[in-house]
Amino acid sequence: MSDPVRLKAAEIAEALGDGSLTSVDVTQAHLDRIADVDDRLGAFLHVDPEGALATAADVDARRAAGETLPTLAGVPVAVKDLINTVGQPTTAGSRILEGWVPPYDATVVTRLRAAGLPILGKTNLDEFAMGSSNEHSAYKPARNPWDTERIPGGSSGGSAAAVAGYEAPLALGTDTGGSIRQPGAMTGIVGVKPTYGGVSRYGVIAMASSLDQVGPMARSVLDAALLHEVLAGHDPRDSTSLDAPVPSVVDAARRGDVTGLRVGVVKELGGEGFQPGVQQRFDETVELLAQAGAEVVEVSCPSFEHGIAAYYLVMPSEVSSNLARFDAMRYGLRVTPDGPPASAEQVMAASRDAGFGDEVKRRIILGTYALSSGYYDAYYGSAQKVRTLVARDFAAAFEQVDVLVSPTTPTTAWRLGEKSDDPLAMYLEDVATIPANLAGVPGLSLPVGLASDTGLPVGVQVLAPALADDRLYNVGAALERLVDAPVLADIDAGAAR
Amino acid sequence: MSTQTSTPALVPFERAIERYDPVLGLEVHVELSTATKMFCGCATAFGAEPNTQVCPVCLGLPGALPVVNAKAVESAIRIGLALNCEIAEWCRFARKNYFYPDMPKNFQTSQYDEPIAFDGYVDLDVEGETFRIEVERAHMEEDTGKSLHVGGATGRIHGADHSLLDYNRAGIPLIEIVTRTIEVPAEKAPAVARAYVQHLRDLMVALDVSDARMDQGSLRADVNLSLKPKGSATLGTRSETKNVNSFRSVERAVRFEVSRHAGVLDAGQSILQETRNFHEADGSTSPGRPKSDADDYRYFPEPDLAPVSPSREWVEELRGTLPEPPAERRKRLQSEWGFSDLDMRDTVGAGALELVVATVAAGATPAAAKKWWLGELARRANEAGVGLDELGVTPEQVAGVQALIDEGRVNDKLARQVLEGVLAGEGSPEEVVTARGLEVVSDDGALGAAVDAAIAANPDVAQKIRDGKVQAAGALIGAVMKEMRGQADAGRVRELILEKLA
Repeated sequence: MSDPVRLKAAEIAEALGDGSLTSVDVTQAHLDRIADVDDRLGAFLHVDPEGALATAADVDARRAAGETLPTLAGVPVAVKDLINTVGQPTTAGSRILEGWVPPYDATVVTRLRAAGLPILGKTNLDEFAMGSSNEHSAYKPARNPWDTERIPGGSSGGSAAAVAGYEAPLALGTDTGGSIRQPGAMTGIVGVKPTYGGVSRYGVIAMASSLDQVGPMARSVLDAALLHEVLAGHDPRDSTSLDAPVPSVVDAARRGDVTGLRVGVVKELGGEGFQPGVQQRFDETVELLAQAGAEVVEVSCPSFEHGIAAYYLVMPSEVSSNLARFDAMRYGLRVTPDGPPASAEQVMAASRDAGFGDEVKRRIILGTYALSSGYYDAYYGSAQKVRTLVARDFAAAFEQVDVLVSPTTPTTAWRLGEKSDDPLAMYLEDVATIPANLAGVPGLSLPVGLASDTGLPVGVQVLAPALADDRLYNVGAALERLVDAPVLADIDAGAAR
Repeated sequence: MSTQTSTPALVPFERAIERYDPVLGLEVHVELSTATKMFCGCATAFGAEPNTQVCPVCLGLPGALPVVNAKAVESAIRIGLALNCEIAEWCRFARKNYFYPDMPKNFQTSQYDEPIAFDGYVDLDVEGETFRIEVERAHMEEDTGKSLHVGGATGRIHGADHSLLDYNRAGIPLIEIVTRTIEVPAEKAPAVARAYVQHLRDLMVALDVSDARMDQGSLRADVNLSLKPKGSATLGTRSETKNVNSFRSVERAVRFEVSRHAGVLDAGQSILQETRNFHEADGSTSPGRPKSDADDYRYFPEPDLAPVSPSREWVEELRGTLPEPPAERRKRLQSEWGFSDLDMRDTVGAGALELVVATVAAGATPAAAKKWWLGELARRANEAGVGLDELGVTPEQVAGVQALIDEGRVNDKLARQVLEGVLAGEGSPEEVVTARGLEVVSDDGALGAAVDAAIAANPDVAQKIRDGKVQAAGALIGAVMKEMRGQADAGRVRELILEKLA
């Protein structure tokens, strides 16, 4: 048996099922791997060996007793540190929540526990999920296993680095404007943003409520589907959760047949502004789909070009309100200014000033301004109209085609610090991923090889209508077979041991 | 904006309204008596230990999400219908953003430009005249927690050295009912304001949607008022007097603010747009916080909640559950009971209407029920400083005491002792009578002996009666009653005395 950390989740599940591995072995192997490499990757903010091994031992005991267990029982998982976990700190990557241990589990965590997945720990992220590089983590940057001088993408950069760096076979990310798909593309793994409302947001620290969605990150399309199936389903605690049957994502991931499938290439998401090496891999991928029997057509979604502008009004507006609760009154960092006894307002201001990083403050200020009386209609109101137009573009496109495809990102992973002083350049990285969040439709990114110009992973994004998440997995599985499987990262190769 | 340099003298209300007309607006917050909070499953009981009725949602913990309480929506719709409002086919919640420690999320989930109910009215009878008050809207929102400021004077934040926060009330469902501007003859304004709030209280009780207790804050009134010179069409600057917590105070707040505004305007100064705090002790108001139309709450639709879209079928079904409107019901009861207008006004004014209804239902006559609740029981409630319904005696028990009188088993004096026993928790009227041995003695054997003793002890009086001075019998009756510890049948004693001295 090969090193368990090199196995995919489905393979681990099979090995656990036939008794060739135990969950304790697998979990311990991943904990060892984390101990080995995470000082170089910075993927984890907190590791929970005791909790993970206890779950693993419990699963092993139940399996030994002949109990029928869920498919992924015993397969370890990493959880983005934006998602509440009883017994482990949840910091949102921010100083303002340093050391905070939630008194309740997020619904997705409850589902992980019920399905018997040992939780290895909490993964690094841009503070409150605000960023595309993980450099905005208040604790440390996460790094790309392909080149540790490069960013792993963000905001779910820790989850992506953990999966790509073999520290975890599976991870949870959250995606508000591309935060699962973009780091997935940057690190050469699969990441899925489900249909808005498909997965509960209860217990997930909100960035922008109308855009946030939890989703799976994994090294294969089938692995992502298996995790998706654990996470998805109606939650009465989340009013925006859809009360609809979960799409048959696992079946779709096993199918992978694009014969006769109508595939639309989004005209506006490609060409100018996209790195040639990225564009080239994307064009090849489209060609492969056509050769496999898909009907490929070009589709125009003219409103997509306004997506970033609308996103950077809607998102900060919701951020400014969602983050108001971090005021030092009930939990989190409390800073009392020196001098005479401070009022509650002074404590709030001092704590928020010390506890929030620059990017968070920038977005709070933007959002506060956009919602101000007299500006609301021009900013928030207009942005909502654009959102409607983006949704209409999708609706029109999906009358012509079954799925849409585009490069996931305009570029491959950049060097740490390269775009730190240019927030606008960073924002533009999300141009292809944002429309799906604005319209609530699902999107999947999967690796399609390395860019010829940088030698780094390129991701292709597949988009489908709301509640047709299964189509993503069908196309993803087909592409996985068609594309030369990209060599996964191996940070050990260049590392002196 | 000019600032007030000194506090101008108040102008007496009657003088003020010779020259100014008040323009009123009333905002009433009704705390719904749902079992659980507006957006979570926490209990809503009044008076629980601080922070024992809280959860991640109403504490605003990271990641928590709200879910609308369907029962609160139902109550909101029924209130809207009872206020003759239109019910929205589709409406949303909004976030009202501002920082305050007693507000866990630092935004209040409320409704802004899409209220569940709008464009209604109520008709009020005030001193024989009918006034129509237009209701602009009734919307749903959540209550805040409570701050307790420790170390300063009178519990105010000024001078306090620390504050304690209780979030039990945070998230309790509220309905805010807002009138359009109310312009009635100036001299009627205080009474109309009071009658409006009283009407809302009656309505909430009849709908069974709220305790509607002003003293406990489950019904809270804000009085907005401005003055305009008589004959002018230009509205003045308004003040907002917050949390006026009795019907009488509503009336007093209107009178005080008219006097204050008139004084400020007469002195050539400007009214500051501000909130005012009402002081129960002397009926005055004092400055709260400045307010301007520029207060920016950055409202936007609450993204964590789905829109509320009550079906027309449901609304009609709820319309069918509305109780008889309070005014019509009062008219019906008055005629059924044969009460005069004054009787009825006293009964309603004392907050005894429902108690009288229940006492009558338990078998007492309307007159007797009114006599108890507005007499003896009102006196005792007043002494104890509690409401009639908190006195510890039920309408059934009052009817029971009255039945003892009607059956001649106790007299008025004994009846009061029975009541005392009931109030002391000694059981039902019947049980008190037995336990305390309070029944009237009308047995001639026992009475005869006492009468003979009284005659023997008072020969002068007895002689007067023999001489025909029948009214002198009172002294002998008194002596017998004393001997019998008040438990003699006074009528029978009198008959026996007159027989024996005939």
